[in-house]
Amino acid sequence: MTRVFVPRDSAARSVGADEVAALLERAGGEVVRTGSRGMLWLEPLVEVETPDGRVGYGPVAPEDVDGLVAAGLLDGTAPGLGLVEELEWMRRQQRLTFARVGVVDPLSPDDHEAHGGNAGLRAALALPPAEVVGAVTESGLRGRGGAGFPTGIKWRTVLDAESELKFVCCNADEGDSGTFADRMLMEGDPFTLIEGMTIAAHAVGAREGYIYIRSEYPDAIATMRAAIAAARERGWLGERVLGSELSFDLHVRVGAGAYICGEETSMLESLEGRRGQVRAKPPIPAIQGLFGRPTVVNNVLSLAAVPWILAHGAAAYAELGVGRSRGTSVFQLAGNVARGGIVETAFGVTLGELVNDFGGGTASGRPVRAVQVGGPLGAYLPVSQFDLPLDYEAFAQAGAMVGHGGIVVFDDTVDMAAMARFAFEFCAEESCGKCTPCRIGAVRGVETIDKIRAGQDREKNLVLLDDLCTLMTDGSLCAMGGLTPMPVRSAVQHFAEDFR
Amino acid sequence: MTSVTPPRTAAEECARAALAEHGSERGPLLPVLHAVQEKLGCIPRDVIPVIADGLNLSIAEVHGVVTFYKDFRSTPPGRTTVRICRAEACQARGANALVEHAKRQLGVEFGETTPDGAVTLDEVFCLGNCALGPAVQVGERLHGRVSPPRFDALLGELR
Ligand SMILES: Cc1cc2nc3c(=O)[nH]c(=O)nc-3n(C[C@H](O)[C@H](O)[C@H](O)COP(=O)(O)O)c2cc1C
Ligand code: SF4
Ligand code: FES
Repeated sequence: MTRVFVPRDSAARSVGADEVAALLERAGGEVVRTGSRGMLWLEPLVEVETPDGRVGYGPVAPEDVDGLVAAGLLDGTAPGLGLVEELEWMRRQQRLTFARVGVVDPLSPDDHEAHGGNAGLRAALALPPAEVVGAVTESGLRGRGGAGFPTGIKWRTVLDAESELKFVCCNADEGDSGTFADRMLMEGDPFTLIEGMTIAAHAVGAREGYIYIRSEYPDAIATMRAAIAAARERGWLGERVLGSELSFDLHVRVGAGAYICGEETSMLESLEGRRGQVRAKPPIPAIQGLFGRPTVVNNVLSLAAVPWILAHGAAAYAELGVGRSRGTSVFQLAGNVARGGIVETAFGVTLGELVNDFGGGTASGRPVRAVQVGGPLGAYLPVSQFDLPLDYEAFAQAGAMVGHGGIVVFDDTVDMAAMARFAFEFCAEESCGKCTPCRIGAVRGVETIDKIRAGQDREKNLVLLDDLCTLMTDGSLCAMGGLTPMPVRSAVQHFAEDFR
Repeated sequence: MTSVTPPRTAAEECARAALAEHGSERGPLLPVLHAVQEKLGCIPRDVIPVIADGLNLSIAEVHGVVTFYKDFRSTPPGRTTVRICRAEACQARGANALVEHAKRQLGVEFGETTPDGAVTLDEVFCLGNCALGPAVQVGERLHGRVSPPRFDALLGELR
């Protein structure tokens, strides 16, 4: 019997994938639940195995199933989207980190190995730790969590630190709105994250790891826990990983609804069982991290990129990209966008290509007015900036940031003064409270924008707003308070008419 | 002979079970609190001294942690918690209108529970469903493209 693939990704489930899967099973299909390909506007996307490859149908509503089955869906002959991997959206991407997401059964270790999994880990275990660190450095990989710090340099610091106890911590707090790639990787290909963390453990000499997942992601938590149990059973975790000298075990920890716990030192506090208050740096976590021990803290996507690098070579990864932004990045198209989802492609793709070519403009059909890149602390950019290449340095020069790669699209009905107000409101809500510029500044920011919107001493208050932004940028302990001015100032700069 | 101790409450028993299960982990406080809340729906005041004692922490420390994190409640929620995403990507898809609609339909503000105890309404900043907004979480279940009529249908399933 041919196999039929229906995502179990929570975004696909959020629009009816479970119901569709149940109906297809009842109709006699052998249903396999996979992750999502990331073409989220097509969800639920059903794929059917044929001799030429998988053909797609989507979006499939539960009420469509009977008709599609009658037309030949179960042997792939019903008219549909055609071969999924030939779709323009897929062909234009370079899926390295996301190669298996949407393809494999996320909890099948056999699938993982059959699709090239563990090749990176095997290659790494055959090398001395310093050479693994060297490969990661040469690949040019930079942290995908937001700051873009070179991963190899961080690992080198932990490797060189003297301690019989070291940790590898994965930051899966993914609090930025407009981002969901960490979640989709954990739900769609958890063994790749485990593999990346295991390689990190070997590289720096750690025996214990933690994945800190936000509580808003119950499906990712369940999938990661199940995958860790399966990996232990296979000997991919625990004593003598894959028969090597390495011993490494991994634990899932669940956040508790605090955005600030995505900041690495706050996450470490939380893992230690305390309030998620930011620590002053130095000392850096690589030297004194979890319980004061040398600790690797990396984002999900940074760690999940590593197996590919070890399997295919640092040079192959470094060949992709532009400037100092090497390799691929997993961009996420969100908000008011016609074709939202995952675009993994080499750095250097322009904002316009992502929003218009991949995204197809707005979902509402109205003109695009603004996009926010890099989460709630990222800049709002106008359409006139669509030539900007996705590249850490180019974005920094434009007063913006790539961050975790989320791109949120707004149409021409957006009120940018309201979005600037929201940036302060969010900061006031989520501030850890440790420093005054952030804790008090955010509240003052909301008040000031309210006055501007009400037409009260507008010019004076716009100057006050700018002063406040300078104070927060210069005086905050971490990027929560330090970067909240970025969405605010960019909104004022590019959409001044909304503040008049 | 053992001294006479007051009988333990069910909440205390629950805290002790959570301590027994997670007490030996590194940094066990959050796992313990999550376990208690999963059972009881909240962290009742009277378990805080039990947890503090069990983990060798001060009551103030445990209280400080409980109050820092939005997830931890001091009173039990309604039978189902409905959380509406208010973050930017969902705002771009009409989340603000959905919020107004939900408050009107349920007759409650964020953080409140309907008088029949059926639904607690809350806000959340991002559910990772940003391409299919507005996003809503009902219990642990995620929903996408939630228009006001779809919201009413979801509520209908709860009643
Ligand atoms: C307010 C704030 C929130 C953050 N949230 C996250 C997050 O959710 N996930 C993440 O990986 N990094 C987040 N970061 C960045 C981390 O502090 C840290 O740089 C990152 O985890 C390091 O991993 P990387 O080098 O692999 O990116 C946040 C930073 C700040 C200031
Ligand atoms: S900037 Fe805000 S979040 Fe960061 S340490 Fe200061 S108060 Fe805490
Ligand atoms: S912004 Fe609403 S789910 Fe991400």
